[in-house]
Amino acid sequence: MTGSFGPGPLPESADVVVIGGGVVGCAIARELSRFDVSAVLIERSPDVATGTSKANSGILHAGFDAEPGTWKARLNVRGSRLYAELAEGLGIPRKATGSLVVAKDTAEMETVAELRHRGIDNGVAGLEIWNRDQVVAHEPNISSDIAGALWAPTGAIVCPFLATVGFAENAIRNGVRIVIECAVTGIDVADRQIVGVRTTRGRVATRFVVNAAGLHSDEVARLAGDDSFTIKPRRGEYILFDRSVGQLVNTVLFPTPDKVSKGILVSPTVHGNVFIGPDAVDIDDPEDRETTAGGLAGIIAGARRIVPALPLGTAITEFAGLRAAAGKDFVIGPSPAARGLVHAAGIQSPGLTSAPAIGEVIVEMLQDVGLRLRAKASFVPVNPEKPRFHELDREAQARLVARDPLFGRVICRCETVTEAEIVAAIRSPCGARTVDGVKRRVRAGAGRCQGGFCGPRVTAILARELDVPITAVRKDSIKSWLFLSRADLEAGEGIHA
Amino acid sequence: MMAHMVHAIQCIGCPIGCGGEVTVKDGVVAEMTGFTCNKGLAYAAEEVVAPKRMVTTTVRVSGGGLPLLPVVSVTPVPKERIFDCLRLLRSVSVAAPVTEGTIIVSDALGLGVDFRAARDIA
Amino acid sequence: MREFSYDVVTIGGGPAGMAAALAAREAGAKRVLILERDRELGGILQQCIHNGFGLRRFEEELTGPGYAHRYIDMVKATDIDVWLDTTVLAAEPGGVITSVSPQAGLTVVRAKSVVYAMGCRERTRGAIRTPGSRPAGVFTAGAAQRMVNMEGYLPGKEVVIVGSGDIGLIMARRMTFEGAKVKAVFEIMPYSNGLTRNIVQCLEDFGIPLYLGHSVTAIHGKDRVTGITVSEVNDKLEVIEGTAFDVACDCVLLSVGLIPENELGRAAGIAVDPITSGARVDQFRETSIPGFFAAGNVLHVHDLVDWVSEEAAIAGRSAARHARGELAPSGRERSVMAGEGLRTVVPQRLTDFEPGKMSVRFYFRAAKPMGASLLQFWADDALAFERKLRVVKPSEMIVADIPVRKIGDAATLEFRVVPAPEKVAAEDEIEEEA
Repeated sequence: MTGSFGPGPLPESADVVVIGGGVVGCAIARELSRFDVSAVLIERSPDVATGTSKANSGILHAGFDAEPGTWKARLNVRGSRLYAELAEGLGIPRKATGSLVVAKDTAEMETVAELRHRGIDNGVAGLEIWNRDQVVAHEPNISSDIAGALWAPTGAIVCPFLATVGFAENAIRNGVRIVIECAVTGIDVADRQIVGVRTTRGRVATRFVVNAAGLHSDEVARLAGDDSFTIKPRRGEYILFDRSVGQLVNTVLFPTPDKVSKGILVSPTVHGNVFIGPDAVDIDDPEDRETTAGGLAGIIAGARRIVPALPLGTAITEFAGLRAAAGKDFVIGPSPAARGLVHAAGIQSPGLTSAPAIGEVIVEMLQDVGLRLRAKASFVPVNPEKPRFHELDREAQARLVARDPLFGRVICRCETVTEAEIVAAIRSPCGARTVDGVKRRVRAGAGRCQGGFCGPRVTAILARELDVPITAVRKDSIKSWLFLSRADLEAGEGIHA
Repeated sequence: MMAHMVHAIQCIGCPIGCGGEVTVKDGVVAEMTGFTCNKGLAYAAEEVVAPKRMVTTTVRVSGGGLPLLPVVSVTPVPKERIFDCLRLLRSVSVAAPVTEGTIIVSDALGLGVDFRAARDIA
Repeated sequence: MREFSYDVVTIGGGPAGMAAALAAREAGAKRVLILERDRELGGILQQCIHNGFGLRRFEEELTGPGYAHRYIDMVKATDIDVWLDTTVLAAEPGGVITSVSPQAGLTVVRAKSVVYAMGCRERTRGAIRTPGSRPAGVFTAGAAQRMVNMEGYLPGKEVVIVGSGDIGLIMARRMTFEGAKVKAVFEIMPYSNGLTRNIVQCLEDFGIPLYLGHSVTAIHGKDRVTGITVSEVNDKLEVIEGTAFDVACDCVLLSVGLIPENELGRAAGIAVDPITSGARVDQFRETSIPGFFAAGNVLHVHDLVDWVSEEAAIAGRSAARHARGELAPSGRERSVMAGEGLRTVVPQRLTDFEPGKMSVRFYFRAAKPMGASLLQFWADDALAFERKLRVVKPSEMIVADIPVRKIGDAATLEFRVVPAPEKVAAEDEIEEEA
């Protein structure tokens, strides 16, 4: 099968159907693409990474948090190593910053010491307990009232969106078909065996389904008669700061964790920003991504406990992400109700870190339930490099413009993103089809003006490249149109009586 | 029977934005206070009896570097006819090139108001 | 990489860049270049199709494009070089400017003098931390203005405007003209940040309500905006419990302030005024780096383009003098303080005066609205100059010429705005502004 990305067509049959185009689904698809197998990934949004994968902390956890023996513990450490191997070749921005769990008093120092032992049990390398002076030397802006910290040199940061796109693009290059704007409406089961998936774009016959539907994975399971788990969305709010304050912290700073979450962190991003967050609030609606005044105030207060001098005036955006929690551990394994259905569900933190390792175990499990896989000699494990104009030196920039004049037109002035990069992001195998899709791939509109200047221009480039009218260009979701035609309204029709 | 009416008028003639009062007796301006220049006095006197506004909008332009041409009324338009003018201008399309100052619509709706191009379009 | 040399280079071809380049050429700079990232000169004026520009500069009321055109024509009539579609990547001390364009590629320009004229950008929803979801339909007013006035697309049908800055007010009228229903303007402050004339002719003319002292506490909608929640705020700008109400809309336009687009200056290491976010300049509009000048909204956000042109001409003339080696480093430097009642003052410092200089023009922004007031100039803690102000509004710049003899040799210079004593306020109401 030739790989593709777009709203259809859905093939009539496939060996495997992966439901959900988050980082987990895309990592699974990429793992499947090593084999001579027809695989289809279906995603209901116009892009990959539009659920939990688009709004999270972007941390590659070292792996000391999880209880030894859990899926989390096993897959976190493996996933962290896989990113170190894969990131560069797949075009996934990753920085090995290390991480610190900051303790404020002796009680917290005890917790931190426990974390170290747990980490050693989980196979995390290099963990050290640092005293106050060591921490302050590494992080000059940290609160002066700390007692010490756990240093994890394998902690790292990653771009969660480009991680997903990197996996997806490589899967497509190796033959996976990704069908977007395609929602699952039913799963056909005969004699307790999966036989097909019904969608808003028709039916695909298959005997193997991977449920990587994130916040909706319990709904997908129920379509196959499986009610073995329930997803409880847990919302977390974030504030992102401008790159001008990117030097605020050098590493990921966690507070000493409590029972519910890892707490409010202060962290750099791979793109040079700083963020604070998230809090953890259980909610009912799996699409409720509203930030709240109380939530934002809470994360500001929480972050100030670690870094008192927060540059609030340089905040560029706030957002909320949803974790797809289903109890304490991930839900990974064959469905108890339908043969051929394998769950990769309940993937909360450290899900981003674990994703490539989840891909490995899911493929093993598919084989266990009967999928026959033969390694493919033609598998290409890497994606071609995508030049990022502003990261290059002047000579390299000059060469790029000489090769393609569109590298000479800066569309996003805040992040110095050129038209050539935007066009490439749209024309790429896993190409952007929305304004946010462009933003997340090449950062046009991700800077301090938040698309105030480049938004209209990116919209025009999308319309041109996708050959659609301006009025058909969307922000992110299917119905998120941005502009009306002037002709849609009559002059003065809305005037107050 | 129109008697003695005092209207509070905010001058929009310039950014200083003087506020003043206009007293109208039997339909005629009898007294004005608070305005600080002749332009303001003229504006206020007109505002109480026949308010007018400058109107700016765009018309379609074909064959140019831009899809729209900004236009401006050469003289103010009676306030109650603004939307009639806008509807008229919505239906107007011109061909590039256009030079600034070209009259795009003359004597709009018989009001005696012309609209001219506010810029060049190559 | 190709290299070029110029006497004066302006970064930006909006009103400030053009006025600076023209003044530099007129003052004798031989080789003058304007670098402009857009495909035409004029900057943001080209999308400001409303009228009201140029009353001071040209003594007539022009539209934004009309005002721009006056300057474009003047530039065209000279031998000033203009590079369009060109983005400056860096301007380093010593006058080395690296720019890029599709046509010319990467280029190095060596300039004897550089004028920053990059303008400003709009504050965003993120900067004011408006909670809620992140649907389509939330735009800054200026971005929407560009789409409506230059591209012919509308950002929505049922519009709420947040913030009462002039762009928001102008967009309220524009959207009404285009057929949208503008439901209300919400302003968190107890006063409007727009010009009075715009409140009258953009809101009152069309019955659009302006809610002062109201804050948007949430934006709702998953795909597209479906509405907002608004609450009253107290005098500390805190939300008053129990006052919340919802307004349905499919579009939110933000007009919540402008910030100098000063990143090139910051990258070069110029000293920045934390209040204006622009450079700290002297009366020549020279920044802390010799040979680097700043003018227009990148220096401080102006209310009227006429002032931008005037200020840019100062910067341009100074840049020409620097290019000729006539603007010698100053022997001494004095800080100018914005004291009581004032938020900003430009220039923020004074260096040695030119021979024969009679007065220095200062631009201020008030801290809060006040009635009849006195603008005071204090030199070494003594009141040296005083002028009546009929009314003081943070949205309108205060401009004052201070005679050089009043400044004298004082070491500390401070401006204040204080309420006028009643007697002074009553008399001489008709005093015209300078």
